[in-house]
Amino acid sequence: MNASPRRADLVPWFDVEQVRSDFPILSQRVHGKPLVFLDSAASAQKPRVVIDAMRDAMERQYANVHRGLHWMSERTSDSYEGVRDKVAGLLNAGSRDEIVFTRNSTEAINLVAHSYGRGILKPGQAVLITEMEHHANIVPWQMLRDAHGIELRVAPITDAGELDIAAFAHLLEDGRVGLAAVTHMSNVLGTYNPIERIAQLTHEAGAELLVDGSQAVVHRAVDVRALGADFYVFTGHKLYGPTGVGVLWARAALLEAMPPFMGGGDMITSVSFAHSTWAPAPQKFEAGTPAILEVIGLGAAIDYVNAIGMPAIAAHEAALTDHALSRLSAVEGLQIFGRAQDRGGVISFTLDGAHAHDVATLLDRNGIAVRAGQHCAEPLMRRLGLSSTARASFGIYTTLQEIDVLADTLTRVRSFFQ
Amino acid sequence: MSFDDARGLYQDIILDRGRNPRHMHRLEPFDARASGDNPMCGDQIEVRVTFAPDNTISDAAFEARGCAISLASADLMAEIVRGRDAGAIRLLAKQFGELAKTGDTAGEDAALQKLRPLSGVSDYPSRVKCATLPWSALVAALDASKEV
Repeated sequence: MNASPRRADLVPWFDVEQVRSDFPILSQRVHGKPLVFLDSAASAQKPRVVIDAMRDAMERQYANVHRGLHWMSERTSDSYEGVRDKVAGLLNAGSRDEIVFTRNSTEAINLVAHSYGRGILKPGQAVLITEMEHHANIVPWQMLRDAHGIELRVAPITDAGELDIAAFAHLLEDGRVGLAAVTHMSNVLGTYNPIERIAQLTHEAGAELLVDGSQAVVHRAVDVRALGADFYVFTGHKLYGPTGVGVLWARAALLEAMPPFMGGGDMITSVSFAHSTWAPAPQKFEAGTPAILEVIGLGAAIDYVNAIGMPAIAAHEAALTDHALSRLSAVEGLQIFGRAQDRGGVISFTLDGAHAHDVATLLDRNGIAVRAGQHCAEPLMRRLGLSSTARASFGIYTTLQEIDVLADTLTRVRSFFQ
Repeated sequence: MSFDDARGLYQDIILDRGRNPRHMHRLEPFDARASGDNPMCGDQIEVRVTFAPDNTISDAAFEARGCAISLASADLMAEIVRGRDAGAIRLLAKQFGELAKTGDTAGEDAALQKLRPLSGVSDYPSRVKCATLPWSALVAALDASKEV
Protein backbone atom coordinates (compact mmCIF):
# COMPACT_ATOMS: atom_id res chain seq x y z
CA MET A 1 0.00 0.00 0.00
CA ASN A 2 1.25 3.44 -0.83
CA ALA A 3 -1.61 5.30 0.80
CA SER A 4 -1.26 9.05 1.00
CA PRO A 5 -0.36 10.56 4.33
CA ARG A 6 -3.41 12.34 5.72
CA ARG A 7 -2.44 13.26 9.23
CA ALA A 8 -1.65 16.94 9.49
CA ASP A 9 1.78 16.36 10.96
CA LEU A 10 2.71 14.21 7.99
CA VAL A 11 1.63 16.69 5.33
CA PRO A 12 4.69 18.08 3.60
CA TRP A 13 5.00 21.77 2.81
CA PHE A 14 2.83 22.77 -0.09
CA ASP A 15 1.81 26.27 -1.16
CA VAL A 16 -1.02 26.01 -3.65
CA GLU A 17 -0.96 29.73 -4.45
CA GLN A 18 2.71 29.44 -5.37
CA VAL A 19 1.89 26.46 -7.57
CA ARG A 20 -0.99 28.34 -9.22
CA SER A 21 1.28 31.22 -10.13
CA ASP A 22 3.33 28.75 -12.17
CA PHE A 23 0.36 28.06 -14.48
CA PRO A 24 -0.32 31.07 -16.73
CA ILE A 25 -3.74 29.86 -17.88
CA LEU A 26 -5.19 29.88 -14.37
CA SER A 27 -5.49 33.65 -14.40
CA GLN A 28 -7.87 33.47 -17.36
CA ARG A 29 -11.53 34.31 -16.91
CA VAL A 30 -14.34 32.31 -18.53
CA HIS A 31 -17.71 33.99 -19.20
CA GLY A 32 -16.41 36.82 -17.01
CA LYS A 33 -15.80 34.50 -14.05
CA PRO A 34 -12.49 33.28 -12.64
CA LEU A 35 -11.59 29.93 -14.22
CA VAL A 36 -12.24 26.98 -11.90
CA PHE A 37 -10.60 24.16 -13.81
CA LEU A 38 -11.87 20.81 -12.53
CA ASP A 39 -11.14 18.73 -15.62
CA SER A 40 -7.52 17.77 -15.09
CA ALA A 41 -8.26 14.05 -15.44
CA ALA A 42 -9.08 14.72 -19.09
CA SER A 43 -5.99 16.85 -19.61
CA ALA A 44 -4.01 18.96 -17.18
CA GLN A 45 -2.86 22.55 -17.58
CA LYS A 46 0.79 23.36 -18.25
CA PRO A 47 3.24 25.18 -16.00
CA ARG A 48 5.43 27.95 -17.39
CA VAL A 49 8.53 25.73 -17.23
CA VAL A 50 7.00 23.26 -19.71
CA ILE A 51 5.97 26.02 -22.10
CA ASP A 52 9.42 27.62 -21.83
CA ALA A 53 11.30 24.35 -22.30
CA MET A 54 9.51 23.66 -25.59
CA ARG A 55 9.91 27.23 -26.84
CA ASP A 56 13.57 27.34 -25.82
CA ALA A 57 14.25 24.13 -27.69
CA MET A 58 12.74 25.60 -30.85
CA GLU A 59 14.49 28.94 -30.45
CA ARG A 60 17.94 27.79 -29.43
CA GLN A 61 18.64 24.13 -29.83
CA TYR A 62 16.65 22.17 -32.33
CA ALA A 63 17.43 19.53 -34.96
CA ASN A 64 16.43 15.95 -35.57
CA VAL A 65 17.70 13.39 -33.08
CA HIS A 66 20.01 10.39 -33.50
CA ARG A 67 21.11 11.51 -36.95
CA GLY A 68 23.19 14.60 -37.32
CA LEU A 69 26.86 14.75 -36.58
CA HIS A 70 26.39 18.46 -35.99
CA TRP A 71 26.11 20.41 -32.77
CA MET A 72 22.38 21.10 -32.94
CA SER A 73 21.47 17.46 -33.46
CA GLU A 74 23.81 16.26 -30.74
CA ARG A 75 22.39 18.72 -28.20
CA THR A 76 18.82 17.86 -29.17
CA SER A 77 19.59 14.14 -28.91
CA ASP A 78 21.07 14.74 -25.46
CA SER A 79 17.92 16.57 -24.33
CA TYR A 80 15.65 13.93 -25.80
CA GLU A 81 17.58 11.00 -24.34
CA GLY A 82 17.92 12.84 -21.03
CA VAL A 83 14.16 12.66 -20.65
CA ARG A 84 14.35 8.88 -20.98
CA ASP A 85 16.46 8.92 -17.81
CA LYS A 86 13.95 11.21 -16.10
CA VAL A 87 11.06 8.90 -16.94
CA ALA A 88 13.06 5.89 -15.77
CA GLY A 89 13.61 7.73 -12.50
CA LEU A 90 9.94 8.71 -12.20
CA LEU A 91 8.87 5.06 -12.49
CA ASN A 92 11.93 3.56 -10.78
CA ALA A 93 12.53 1.46 -13.88
CA GLY A 94 15.42 -0.98 -13.87
CA SER A 95 16.98 0.64 -16.91
CA ARG A 96 16.51 3.64 -19.21
CA ASP A 97 16.29 1.18 -22.08
CA GLU A 98 12.96 0.00 -20.71
CA ILE A 99 11.37 3.36 -21.55
CA VAL A 100 9.66 3.68 -24.95
CA PHE A 101 8.22 7.01 -26.05
CA THR A 102 4.82 6.76 -27.74
CA ARG A 103 2.19 9.30 -28.72
CA ASN A 104 0.02 8.70 -25.64
CA SER A 105 -1.22 5.89 -23.36
CA THR A 106 -3.55 4.65 -26.08
CA GLU A 107 -0.68 4.15 -28.49
CA ALA A 108 1.39 2.46 -25.77
CA ILE A 109 -1.40 -0.06 -25.13
CA ASN A 110 -1.87 -0.60 -28.85
CA LEU A 111 1.87 -1.21 -29.14
CA VAL A 112 1.65 -3.95 -26.52
CA ALA A 113 -1.56 -5.39 -28.01
CA HIS A 114 0.11 -5.56 -31.39
CA SER A 115 3.68 -6.60 -30.57
CA TYR A 116 3.19 -8.67 -27.46
CA GLY A 117 -0.34 -9.69 -28.36
CA ARG A 118 0.38 -10.99 -31.83
CA GLY A 119 4.06 -11.77 -31.36
CA ILE A 120 4.03 -13.61 -28.04
CA LEU A 121 0.45 -14.55 -27.13
CA LYS A 122 -0.89 -17.62 -28.91
CA PRO A 123 -4.41 -18.06 -30.29
CA GLY A 124 -6.51 -19.68 -27.61
CA GLN A 125 -4.88 -17.71 -24.80
CA ALA A 126 -6.86 -15.00 -23.03
CA VAL A 127 -6.44 -11.36 -22.05
CA LEU A 128 -8.09 -10.32 -18.78
CA ILE A 129 -9.32 -6.75 -18.28
CA THR A 130 -11.73 -5.20 -15.77
CA GLU A 131 -15.12 -3.55 -15.91
CA MET A 132 -13.67 -0.19 -14.94
CA GLU A 133 -11.32 0.21 -17.91
CA HIS A 134 -11.12 3.23 -20.18
CA HIS A 135 -11.88 2.48 -23.84
CA ALA A 136 -8.12 2.69 -24.46
CA ASN A 137 -7.67 -0.46 -22.40
CA ILE A 138 -10.63 -2.28 -23.96
CA VAL A 139 -10.71 -1.69 -27.68
CA PRO A 140 -7.07 -2.69 -28.52
CA TRP A 141 -7.73 -6.06 -26.83
CA GLN A 142 -10.98 -6.53 -28.74
CA MET A 143 -9.07 -5.90 -31.95
CA LEU A 144 -6.46 -8.44 -30.85
CA ARG A 145 -9.23 -10.91 -30.01
CA ASP A 146 -10.77 -10.59 -33.45
CA ALA A 147 -7.51 -10.67 -35.39
CA HIS A 148 -5.59 -13.27 -33.45
CA GLY A 149 -8.07 -15.65 -31.81
CA ILE A 150 -7.51 -14.37 -28.29
CA GLU A 151 -10.26 -14.65 -25.73
CA LEU A 152 -11.16 -11.44 -23.88
CA ARG A 153 -12.24 -11.80 -20.27
CA VAL A 154 -13.68 -9.07 -18.08
CA ALA A 155 -13.38 -9.07 -14.29
CA PRO A 156 -16.37 -7.43 -12.56
CA ILE A 157 -16.37 -4.61 -10.03
CA THR A 158 -18.27 -4.48 -6.76
CA ASP A 159 -21.09 -2.03 -6.08
CA ALA A 160 -18.60 0.10 -4.16
CA GLY A 161 -16.63 0.51 -7.36
CA GLU A 162 -13.70 -1.70 -6.42
CA LEU A 163 -12.30 -4.57 -8.43
CA ASP A 164 -13.81 -7.89 -7.35
CA ILE A 165 -10.49 -9.57 -6.52
CA ALA A 166 -12.00 -13.00 -5.94
CA ALA A 167 -13.67 -12.92 -9.36
CA PHE A 168 -10.44 -11.65 -10.92
CA ALA A 169 -8.53 -14.56 -9.37
CA HIS A 170 -11.19 -16.98 -10.54
CA LEU A 171 -10.83 -15.80 -14.13
CA LEU A 172 -7.09 -16.58 -13.93
CA GLU A 173 -7.59 -20.09 -12.61
CA ASP A 174 -7.58 -22.14 -15.81
CA GLY A 175 -4.12 -20.82 -16.69
CA ARG A 176 -5.12 -19.64 -20.14
CA VAL A 177 -4.74 -15.93 -19.42
CA GLY A 178 -1.47 -14.70 -20.91
CA LEU A 179 -1.88 -11.05 -20.01
CA ALA A 180 -3.97 -9.02 -17.57
CA ALA A 181 -4.49 -5.33 -18.39
CA VAL A 182 -5.76 -3.26 -15.47
CA THR A 183 -6.04 0.43 -14.72
CA HIS A 184 -4.07 1.76 -11.74
CA MET A 185 -6.75 4.38 -11.07
CA SER A 186 -10.24 4.60 -12.55
CA ASN A 187 -10.92 7.77 -14.54
CA VAL A 188 -14.60 7.58 -13.52
CA LEU A 189 -14.70 6.19 -9.98
CA GLY A 190 -11.37 7.48 -8.68
CA THR A 191 -10.68 3.95 -7.41
CA TYR A 192 -7.05 2.88 -7.01
CA ASN A 193 -6.61 -0.78 -7.76
CA PRO A 194 -4.37 -2.84 -5.45
CA ILE A 195 -1.76 -3.47 -8.11
CA GLU A 196 0.69 -5.39 -5.89
CA ARG A 197 -2.01 -7.94 -5.08
CA ILE A 198 -3.21 -8.06 -8.68
CA ALA A 199 0.38 -8.59 -9.88
CA GLN A 200 0.88 -11.43 -7.44
CA LEU A 201 -2.29 -13.21 -8.59
CA THR A 202 -1.48 -12.61 -12.24
CA HIS A 203 2.06 -13.95 -11.93
CA GLU A 204 0.94 -16.98 -9.95
CA ALA A 205 -1.28 -17.80 -12.92
CA GLY A 206 1.69 -17.49 -15.25
CA ALA A 207 0.51 -14.28 -16.92
CA GLU A 208 2.04 -10.85 -17.38
CA LEU A 209 0.44 -7.63 -16.06
CA LEU A 210 -0.05 -4.38 -17.94
CA VAL A 211 -1.01 -1.39 -15.79
CA ASP A 212 -2.68 1.69 -17.28
CA GLY A 213 -1.19 4.48 -15.19
CA SER A 214 -2.73 7.40 -17.12
CA GLN A 215 -4.53 8.71 -14.04
CA ALA A 216 -2.42 7.33 -11.20
CA VAL A 217 1.02 8.55 -12.23
CA VAL A 218 -0.20 12.12 -11.81
CA HIS A 219 -1.22 11.68 -8.20
CA ARG A 220 1.11 9.16 -6.60
CA ALA A 221 4.70 8.07 -6.63
CA VAL A 222 4.84 5.02 -8.90
CA ASP A 223 7.48 2.33 -8.49
CA VAL A 224 6.91 -0.19 -11.26
CA ARG A 225 9.19 -2.75 -9.66
CA ALA A 226 7.58 -2.52 -6.24
CA LEU A 227 4.15 -2.75 -7.90
CA GLY A 228 5.22 -5.90 -9.70
CA ALA A 229 3.99 -4.70 -13.08
CA ASP A 230 5.36 -6.04 -16.36
CA PHE A 231 4.11 -3.16 -18.51
CA TYR A 232 3.16 0.35 -17.30
CA VAL A 233 1.80 3.09 -19.55
CA PHE A 234 1.03 6.76 -19.04
CA THR A 235 0.53 9.92 -21.05
CA GLY A 236 2.35 13.23 -20.83
CA HIS A 237 -0.54 15.65 -21.09
CA LYS A 238 -2.20 14.56 -17.85
CA LEU A 239 1.13 14.97 -16.03
CA TYR A 240 1.27 18.72 -16.77
CA GLY A 241 3.25 17.99 -19.93
CA PRO A 242 2.33 18.52 -23.56
CA THR A 243 0.02 16.42 -25.72
CA GLY A 244 1.56 14.04 -28.25
CA VAL A 245 3.89 12.12 -25.95
CA GLY A 246 3.22 9.02 -23.90
CA VAL A 247 5.33 6.34 -22.30
CA LEU A 248 5.49 2.58 -22.34
CA TRP A 249 7.63 0.97 -19.68
CA ALA A 250 8.18 -2.77 -19.95
CA ARG A 251 10.62 -5.19 -18.42
CA ALA A 252 13.72 -5.42 -20.61
CA ALA A 253 13.24 -9.11 -21.35
CA LEU A 254 9.72 -8.46 -22.68
CA LEU A 255 10.83 -5.63 -24.94
CA GLU A 256 13.64 -7.81 -26.23
CA ALA A 257 11.29 -10.67 -27.06
CA MET A 258 8.64 -8.51 -28.69
CA PRO A 259 8.68 -7.82 -32.44
CA PRO A 260 8.58 -4.18 -33.56
CA PHE A 261 5.28 -2.28 -33.72
CA MET A 262 5.94 0.03 -36.65
CA GLY A 263 8.73 -0.08 -39.19
CA GLY A 264 10.80 2.81 -40.46
CA GLY A 265 13.85 4.85 -39.73
CA ASP A 266 15.52 4.85 -36.31
CA MET A 267 14.30 1.35 -35.40
CA ILE A 268 16.76 -0.63 -37.53
CA THR A 269 20.43 -1.51 -37.50
CA SER A 270 20.61 -2.34 -41.20
CA VAL A 271 18.23 -2.32 -44.13
CA SER A 272 18.45 -3.99 -47.51
CA PHE A 273 15.64 -4.76 -49.93
CA ALA A 274 15.86 -8.40 -48.92
CA HIS A 275 16.07 -8.00 -45.16
CA SER A 276 16.28 -5.58 -42.27
CA THR A 277 17.50 -6.06 -38.73
CA TRP A 278 16.04 -4.35 -35.71
CA ALA A 279 17.74 -1.99 -33.34
CA PRO A 280 17.64 -3.05 -29.71
CA ALA A 281 14.87 -1.68 -27.47
CA PRO A 282 13.80 1.02 -26.96
CA GLN A 283 14.78 2.22 -30.47
CA LYS A 284 13.12 -0.86 -31.97
CA PHE A 285 9.79 0.65 -30.92
CA GLU A 286 10.44 4.25 -31.92
CA ALA A 287 10.15 4.27 -35.71
CA GLY A 288 10.44 7.62 -37.44
CA THR A 289 11.16 11.06 -36.07
CA PRO A 290 9.74 11.08 -32.56
CA ALA A 291 7.87 13.87 -30.75
CA ILE A 292 11.13 15.63 -29.92
CA LEU A 293 9.70 18.86 -28.55
CA GLU A 294 6.96 17.09 -26.63
CA VAL A 295 9.46 14.72 -25.03
CA ILE A 296 11.51 17.73 -23.97
CA GLY A 297 8.35 19.30 -22.55
CA LEU A 298 7.57 16.10 -20.68
CA GLY A 299 11.04 16.21 -19.16
CA ALA A 300 10.33 19.71 -17.84
CA ALA A 301 7.02 18.52 -16.42
CA ILE A 302 8.70 15.65 -14.59
CA ASP A 303 11.31 18.04 -13.17
CA TYR A 304 8.50 20.34 -12.05
CA VAL A 305 6.52 17.61 -10.31
CA ASN A 306 9.67 16.19 -8.70
CA ALA A 307 10.65 19.61 -7.38
CA ILE A 308 7.34 19.84 -5.52
CA GLY A 309 7.53 16.19 -4.58
CA MET A 310 4.98 13.42 -5.02
CA PRO A 311 4.33 13.08 -1.26
CA ALA A 312 3.35 16.76 -1.08
CA ILE A 313 1.18 16.45 -4.17
CA ALA A 314 -0.50 13.29 -2.87
CA ALA A 315 -1.20 14.92 0.50
CA HIS A 316 -2.64 18.05 -1.10
CA GLU A 317 -4.89 16.00 -3.37
CA ALA A 318 -6.01 13.71 -0.54
CA ALA A 319 -7.13 16.81 1.38
CA LEU A 320 -8.98 18.07 -1.71
CA THR A 321 -10.68 14.72 -2.21
CA ASP A 322 -11.79 14.47 1.41
CA HIS A 323 -13.14 18.01 1.30
CA ALA A 324 -14.92 17.43 -2.01
CA LEU A 325 -16.52 14.16 -0.90
CA SER A 326 -17.83 15.87 2.20
CA ARG A 327 -19.04 19.06 0.48
CA LEU A 328 -20.60 17.29 -2.51
CA SER A 329 -22.33 14.64 -0.38
CA ALA A 330 -24.09 17.50 1.38
CA VAL A 331 -25.58 18.85 -1.86
CA GLU A 332 -29.21 17.78 -1.94
CA GLY A 333 -30.03 15.38 -4.76
CA LEU A 334 -26.39 14.75 -5.60
CA GLN A 335 -25.17 11.18 -5.88
CA ILE A 336 -21.49 10.23 -6.04
CA PHE A 337 -20.43 7.06 -7.88
CA GLY A 338 -17.57 5.07 -6.43
CA ARG A 339 -17.01 4.52 -2.74
CA ALA A 340 -13.69 2.71 -2.88
CA GLN A 341 -11.61 2.59 0.28
CA ASP A 342 -8.60 3.76 -1.68
CA ARG A 343 -9.65 6.54 -4.01
CA GLY A 344 -8.26 9.71 -5.54
CA GLY A 345 -9.37 13.09 -6.80
CA VAL A 346 -11.77 12.08 -9.54
CA ILE A 347 -15.42 12.37 -8.54
CA SER A 348 -18.30 11.37 -10.81
CA PHE A 349 -21.78 12.43 -9.81
CA THR A 350 -25.34 12.95 -10.94
CA LEU A 351 -27.81 15.56 -9.79
CA ASP A 352 -31.51 14.70 -9.48
CA GLY A 353 -33.63 16.35 -12.12
CA ALA A 354 -30.72 17.66 -14.16
CA HIS A 355 -28.91 15.86 -16.94
CA ALA A 356 -25.11 15.86 -16.70
CA HIS A 357 -24.79 18.00 -19.82
CA ASP A 358 -27.14 20.63 -18.47
CA VAL A 359 -25.20 20.59 -15.20
CA ALA A 360 -21.92 21.06 -17.08
CA THR A 361 -23.32 23.91 -19.16
CA LEU A 362 -24.53 25.85 -16.12
CA LEU A 363 -21.28 25.22 -14.25
CA ASP A 364 -19.39 26.47 -17.29
CA ARG A 365 -21.39 29.71 -17.23
CA ASN A 366 -19.93 30.19 -13.78
CA GLY A 367 -16.41 29.56 -14.99
CA ILE A 368 -16.31 25.98 -13.70
CA ALA A 369 -14.95 23.36 -16.11
CA VAL A 370 -16.06 19.78 -15.49
CA ARG A 371 -16.48 16.87 -17.85
CA ALA A 372 -19.89 15.38 -18.58
CA GLY A 373 -20.75 12.21 -20.45
CA GLN A 374 -19.49 8.68 -20.51
CA HIS A 375 -15.81 9.48 -19.90
CA CYS A 376 -14.61 6.97 -22.52
CA ALA A 377 -15.84 4.19 -20.25
CA GLU A 378 -19.15 3.16 -21.78
CA PRO A 379 -19.16 -0.42 -20.38
CA LEU A 380 -18.54 0.92 -16.88
CA MET A 381 -21.38 3.43 -17.23
CA ARG A 382 -23.64 0.59 -18.31
CA ARG A 383 -22.54 -1.43 -15.27
CA LEU A 384 -23.47 1.53 -13.07
CA GLY A 385 -26.82 1.81 -14.84
CA LEU A 386 -26.03 5.32 -16.05
CA SER A 387 -25.99 7.05 -19.40
CA SER A 388 -23.82 9.92 -18.23
CA THR A 389 -22.34 11.63 -15.20
CA ALA A 390 -20.64 14.90 -14.50
CA ARG A 391 -17.07 14.54 -13.30
CA ALA A 392 -14.92 16.90 -11.27
CA SER A 393 -11.23 16.04 -11.18
CA PHE A 394 -8.44 17.73 -9.31
CA GLY A 395 -4.87 18.67 -10.03
CA ILE A 396 -1.89 20.05 -8.26
CA TYR A 397 -3.32 23.58 -8.61
CA THR A 398 -6.85 22.89 -7.35
CA THR A 399 -7.88 24.72 -4.17
CA LEU A 400 -10.33 23.97 -1.39
CA GLN A 401 -12.09 27.23 -2.25
CA GLU A 402 -12.67 26.02 -5.81
CA ILE A 403 -14.40 22.94 -4.43
CA ASP A 404 -16.59 25.21 -2.30
CA VAL A 405 -17.49 27.19 -5.42
CA LEU A 406 -18.41 23.93 -7.16
CA ALA A 407 -20.59 22.70 -4.28
CA ASP A 408 -22.36 26.07 -3.88
CA THR A 409 -22.98 26.35 -7.61
CA LEU A 410 -24.35 22.80 -7.79
CA THR A 411 -26.92 23.68 -5.15
CA ARG A 412 -28.07 26.53 -7.35
CA VAL A 413 -28.04 24.36 -10.47
CA ARG A 414 -30.41 22.00 -8.75
CA SER A 415 -32.89 24.71 -7.93
CA PHE A 416 -32.63 26.06 -11.48
CA PHE A 417 -33.90 22.78 -12.89
CA GLN A 418 -36.63 22.27 -10.29
CA MET B 1 -26.67 34.95 -7.91
CA SER B 2 -28.72 33.31 -10.60
CA PHE B 3 -27.99 31.83 -13.99
CA ASP B 4 -29.36 34.81 -15.88
CA ASP B 5 -26.85 34.58 -18.68
CA ALA B 6 -27.84 30.96 -19.27
CA ARG B 7 -31.50 31.88 -19.77
CA GLY B 8 -30.85 32.42 -23.47
CA LEU B 9 -30.34 28.68 -23.64
CA TYR B 10 -32.75 27.57 -20.95
CA GLN B 11 -35.85 29.57 -21.78
CA ASP B 12 -38.98 28.70 -19.81
CA ILE B 13 -40.46 26.63 -22.59
CA ILE B 14 -37.24 24.58 -22.82
CA LEU B 15 -37.16 23.93 -19.09
CA ASP B 16 -40.84 23.05 -19.14
CA ARG B 17 -40.63 20.70 -22.12
CA GLY B 18 -37.44 19.16 -20.77
CA ARG B 19 -39.14 18.42 -17.46
CA ASN B 20 -42.54 17.39 -18.81
CA PRO B 21 -42.36 16.36 -22.44
CA ARG B 22 -45.83 15.89 -23.98
CA HIS B 23 -44.84 13.47 -26.73
CA MET B 24 -42.39 11.17 -25.00
CA HIS B 25 -44.02 7.77 -25.28
CA ARG B 26 -43.90 4.65 -27.40
CA LEU B 27 -46.00 5.04 -30.54
CA GLU B 28 -47.75 1.76 -31.45
CA PRO B 29 -48.39 0.88 -34.20
CA PHE B 30 -46.00 2.96 -36.28
CA ASP B 31 -45.04 3.23 -39.94
CA ALA B 32 -41.42 4.30 -39.58
CA ARG B 33 -38.84 4.63 -36.88
CA ALA B 34 -35.17 5.41 -36.41
CA SER B 35 -32.84 5.98 -33.53
CA GLY B 36 -30.05 8.42 -33.03
CA ASP B 37 -27.33 8.54 -30.46
CA ASN B 38 -24.67 10.90 -29.31
CA PRO B 39 -21.71 8.77 -28.26
CA MET B 40 -20.04 11.71 -26.57
CA CYS B 41 -22.69 12.00 -23.88
CA GLY B 42 -24.53 8.68 -24.11
CA ASP B 43 -27.81 10.27 -25.15
CA GLN B 44 -30.17 8.12 -27.19
CA ILE B 45 -33.44 8.78 -28.92
CA GLU B 46 -35.89 6.72 -30.91
CA VAL B 47 -38.40 8.55 -33.06
CA ARG B 48 -41.53 6.84 -34.41
CA VAL B 49 -44.06 8.21 -36.88
CA THR B 50 -47.28 7.20 -38.58
CA PHE B 51 -48.36 8.37 -42.02
CA ALA B 52 -51.76 9.53 -43.24
CA PRO B 53 -53.05 8.23 -46.61
CA ASP B 54 -51.75 11.40 -48.26
CA ASN B 55 -48.22 10.55 -46.99
CA THR B 56 -48.11 13.36 -44.50
CA ILE B 57 -47.15 12.53 -40.93
CA SER B 58 -50.24 11.85 -38.83
CA ASP B 59 -48.49 11.25 -35.53
CA ALA B 60 -44.99 11.42 -34.09
CA ALA B 61 -43.56 10.49 -30.70
CA PHE B 62 -40.22 9.64 -29.19
CA GLU B 63 -38.50 7.77 -26.41
CA ALA B 64 -35.26 9.23 -25.20
CA ARG B 65 -32.59 9.46 -22.62
CA GLY B 66 -31.20 12.93 -22.81
CA CYS B 67 -30.62 16.42 -21.51
CA ALA B 68 -33.20 19.22 -21.23
CA ILE B 69 -32.22 20.59 -24.63
CA SER B 70 -32.58 17.32 -26.52
CA LEU B 71 -35.87 16.40 -24.82
CA ALA B 72 -37.38 19.84 -25.43
CA SER B 73 -36.23 19.80 -29.03
CA ALA B 74 -37.69 16.34 -29.60
CA ASP B 75 -40.95 17.36 -27.97
CA LEU B 76 -41.38 20.50 -30.04
CA MET B 77 -40.44 18.57 -33.15
CA ALA B 78 -43.05 15.87 -32.52
CA GLU B 79 -45.64 18.60 -32.21
CA ILE B 80 -44.95 20.52 -35.39
CA VAL B 81 -44.26 17.75 -37.89
CA ARG B 82 -47.84 16.57 -38.10
CA GLY B 83 -49.52 17.27 -41.43
CA ARG B 84 -46.21 17.71 -43.22
CA ASP B 85 -44.84 15.42 -45.89
CA ALA B 86 -41.29 14.12 -46.13
CA GLY B 87 -40.13 16.92 -48.40
CA ALA B 88 -41.39 19.63 -46.06
CA ILE B 89 -39.81 17.89 -43.08
CA ARG B 90 -36.42 17.54 -44.71
CA LEU B 91 -36.48 21.24 -45.49
CA LEU B 92 -37.57 22.08 -41.95
CA ALA B 93 -34.81 19.88 -40.52
CA LYS B 94 -32.26 21.72 -42.62
CA GLN B 95 -33.57 25.13 -41.58
CA PHE B 96 -33.68 24.11 -37.94
CA GLY B 97 -30.08 22.91 -38.22
CA GLU B 98 -29.20 26.37 -39.48
CA LEU B 99 -31.12 28.00 -36.63
CA ALA B 100 -29.35 25.86 -34.05
CA LYS B 101 -25.91 26.47 -35.49
CA THR B 102 -26.17 30.18 -36.28
CA GLY B 103 -29.08 31.43 -34.17
CA ASP B 104 -31.11 32.36 -37.26
CA THR B 105 -32.54 30.97 -40.46
CA ALA B 106 -33.98 32.39 -43.66
CA GLY B 107 -36.68 29.70 -43.63
CA GLU B 108 -40.22 30.98 -43.63
CA ASP B 109 -42.14 27.95 -42.41
CA ALA B 110 -44.40 29.15 -39.58
CA ALA B 111 -43.32 26.15 -37.52
CA LEU B 112 -39.87 27.66 -37.22
CA GLN B 113 -41.33 30.28 -34.90
CA LYS B 114 -42.13 27.51 -32.45
CA LEU B 115 -38.54 26.33 -32.62
CA ARG B 116 -36.97 29.74 -32.08
CA PRO B 117 -36.62 29.26 -28.32
CA LEU B 118 -33.96 26.67 -29.21
CA SER B 119 -31.88 29.18 -31.16
CA GLY B 120 -29.95 29.90 -27.95
CA VAL B 121 -27.88 26.75 -28.46
CA SER B 122 -25.96 28.59 -31.16
CA ASP B 123 -24.01 30.25 -28.32
CA TYR B 124 -23.09 26.81 -26.98
CA PRO B 125 -21.28 24.93 -29.78
CA SER B 126 -20.99 21.72 -27.76
CA ARG B 127 -24.76 21.64 -27.28
CA VAL B 128 -25.89 22.13 -30.88
CA LYS B 129 -25.99 18.38 -31.43
CA CYS B 130 -28.31 17.98 -28.42
CA ALA B 131 -30.89 20.08 -30.28
CA THR B 132 -30.40 18.54 -33.71
CA LEU B 133 -30.23 14.86 -32.70
CA PRO B 134 -34.04 14.35 -32.73
CA TRP B 135 -34.24 15.85 -36.21
CA SER B 136 -31.45 13.60 -37.48
CA ALA B 137 -33.36 10.61 -36.14
CA LEU B 138 -36.60 11.79 -37.75
CA VAL B 139 -34.95 12.25 -41.14
CA ALA B 140 -33.36 8.80 -40.75
CA ALA B 141 -36.83 7.38 -40.09
CA LEU B 142 -38.13 8.99 -43.31
CA ASP B 143 -35.14 7.62 -45.22
CA ALA B 144 -35.81 4.16 -43.83
CA SER B 145 -39.49 4.28 -44.81
CA LYS B 146 -38.53 5.26 -48.36
CA GLU B 147 -36.29 2.21 -48.65
CA VAL B 148 -39.10 -0.18 -47.69
